[in-house]
Amino acid sequence: MSDLVSESRLKASFKDSGIAALITLALSFMLIGMRTEISIGGLAVDYRWAAVAITVVVVFAGRMLLNMYVWRPETPRTVTFRTVLLGLSILAALVIFYLVDRFLGAVAGLSPARAIESNDWLWILLLLALAVVAAIVATALLGLAEKRAAPTGPGAAASIKAGLAPLGKWLPLALGLLAVAVPFILIEWLGSRGSRQYLDLAILVLTYIMLGWGLNIVVGLAGLLDLGYVAFYAVGAYSFALLSQYFGLGFWMCLPLAGILAACWGMILGYPVLRLRGDYLAIVTLAFGEIIRVILLNWYDFTGGPDGISGIPRPTLFGIEFDRGDDGFAALFGLQYSSIHRIIFLYYVILAMALVTNFVTMRLRRLPVGRAWEALREDEIACRSLGINTTNTKLSAFATGAMFGGFAGSFFATRQGFISPESFTFIESAVILAIVVLGGLGSQIGVVIAAVVMIGGFEFFRDLQEYRMLVFGLLMVIIMVWKPRGLISTRKPTIGLKRRTGISADMVQEGQG
Amino acid sequence: MSEGSAAAAAAAPAGEPLLRVSGVKTYYGKIVALRGVDMEVHPGEIVTLIGANGAGKSTLMMTICGSPQAREGTITYDGLDITQMPTHEITRMSIAQSPEGRRIFPRMTVMENLQMGASITDMTHFDKDLKRVFELFPILAKRKGQRGGTLSGGEQQMLAIARALMSRPKLLLLDEPSLGLAPLVVKQIFEIIHELNTNEGLTVFLVEQNAYHALKLAHRGYVMVNGLITMSGTGRELLARDDVKAAYLEGGAH
Repeated sequence: MSDLVSESRLKASFKDSGIAALITLALSFMLIGMRTEISIGGLAVDYRWAAVAITVVVVFAGRMLLNMYVWRPETPRTVTFRTVLLGLSILAALVIFYLVDRFLGAVAGLSPARAIESNDWLWILLLLALAVVAAIVATALLGLAEKRAAPTGPGAAASIKAGLAPLGKWLPLALGLLAVAVPFILIEWLGSRGSRQYLDLAILVLTYIMLGWGLNIVVGLAGLLDLGYVAFYAVGAYSFALLSQYFGLGFWMCLPLAGILAACWGMILGYPVLRLRGDYLAIVTLAFGEIIRVILLNWYDFTGGPDGISGIPRPTLFGIEFDRGDDGFAALFGLQYSSIHRIIFLYYVILAMALVTNFVTMRLRRLPVGRAWEALREDEIACRSLGINTTNTKLSAFATGAMFGGFAGSFFATRQGFISPESFTFIESAVILAIVVLGGLGSQIGVVIAAVVMIGGFEFFRDLQEYRMLVFGLLMVIIMVWKPRGLISTRKPTIGLKRRTGISADMVQEGQG
Repeated sequence: MSEGSAAAAAAAPAGEPLLRVSGVKTYYGKIVALRGVDMEVHPGEIVTLIGANGAGKSTLMMTICGSPQAREGTITYDGLDITQMPTHEITRMSIAQSPEGRRIFPRMTVMENLQMGASITDMTHFDKDLKRVFELFPILAKRKGQRGGTLSGGEQQMLAIARALMSRPKLLLLDEPSLGLAPLVVKQIFEIIHELNTNEGLTVFLVEQNAYHALKLAHRGYVMVNGLITMSGTGRELLARDDVKAAYLEGGAH
């Protein structure tokens, strides 16, 4: 019986997918299949049937999969609301395909500039995968919203969230693997010379992810608005720079010291502001950030003032330097010397540091101290009535957050080789805070997404100069209107239960229900 | 000696009180909130404090917990002077408080809320205590994976009491558990308080606006007006008094 049903469904799905593929063919025949090119003596039409074929196959396969595994309708029909959705998502996929092909192709220095013309199959496959993912996500999202037939209110939003739940489970792992593979992918494609720029960018993004995670402890978990986080970044950077300058210590020796010093500063800041909350706390932390910077700027004899500190030692791999020498990394490992080795090494160092930050935060959340941070964010008076020492809880949050800021600062110093107070202005604090807030307070993966979008986007659109500030301002306003609690606002419970209940933050105001 | 404390002494059972508040004066800045309060709670009692809005009931509750601290007078718990102790140390001395307005953690699940309640213990009897509060409040067992903020008002109140019980208190301080709840739910919650008192001998100090229910439930009661205790006696006595009726029961809370 069930075989019969599934067979009829298979048939219907097949037919339905066929129709979708036909529509795609009709649409893409002109849109994708033909292209005018400037040639000698005017315009010539360039035919790209392979791209059309690929699009049609993708649509067919995608539709088939959706019919069989996602929508699971009794009798798939092509001409429904879903058709419109599918059309839209195909369009989205095509636009993405085009843009990425156009943009990254040019960046990667492929010749001809566009992957689809250069017959670079790796590229084409990647782009296709991207487009397919975009199409599936878009269709699944819209389809789910329609399926639940709850077009208004939080019901639809909840069902979309439910639909994306498996995505949330695998996303961190996928991102982690991608992060590990990034240097090799880049070098494979762009060569060691071409990839340097992007590796540098990746390092920068990871630094901000780490800073975001550090600040997330203070702002996201403990709910203490800190506008001067860059101070701890500066303390970390200067701790290492000064220790190496005056005592000749290396990076790995200074890293823990920088963290400890920054944590101490976190406590020094934390102690006087313990009684403050909200806006008052924000102002004091802002002032603290500026004080640190001004001291660094004016204490010329000790810190070099505006001249900064240069010649900060580079990190070594268990004492092996990344230089041309006979006992350098390249020589010891029998490789040809290349400056990219150090960049890759730096990339993995910051990746490891960021992952440690994440791991520690995740573990702390499950410990009493982490739970107390979250409880403190929720309700300070309730915390005190339960016998929680709010003083120590706040100080520990400040110190832990500051420590990770210090680690990141010390990495920053070793990467740059030169630091000056100019790197630690208020705008840095604002960017880090924006990453945390946009990503969703307390959400680790939200920070990653926000950091990639903000820092990555910032660098990619460098050509647009001052307009990018405008765009990012606008983006922030839009996100805050659309999702006032940041991109990822669901909070994962720290104790596992059989039934997962994902409830978005905006539904859980006290007294509702 | 004021009339209030004399009456309290008359009504109170013999023996050493668990909690004794004597001559306590509390200020908010220059504004005086408690003008010399005397009261005591004996082991195994339910004592209620009733009074109008702004009389200082919640202030007394908060002063017992050390926030704000009493500027004059002493508060002793179990023979120990706790007047100048910081809040978290007081609430670690087997005193648990369910604060006014419930104050559960809205984004944390019911389970996490209960864990927070037990966070000052060494967690060794967490499972046992959890079973106990789930027996008292079966609805919480059903809701254990749900965020606190999504519970109904009554459920939130139950969670607040359950959370307070997780630290195994000898003295439970309840600040207006009936606030904003339907009469049926109020009745249910008062029944549970009664049950805790009779079955487990839990001492309860209850601050209430709902004078009728509170006085019916309590062994003894105090009436507070303008930062002073003006009347005290057994629950029944107070319920029968005309001035109490006129001031707090008019309009019929029953």
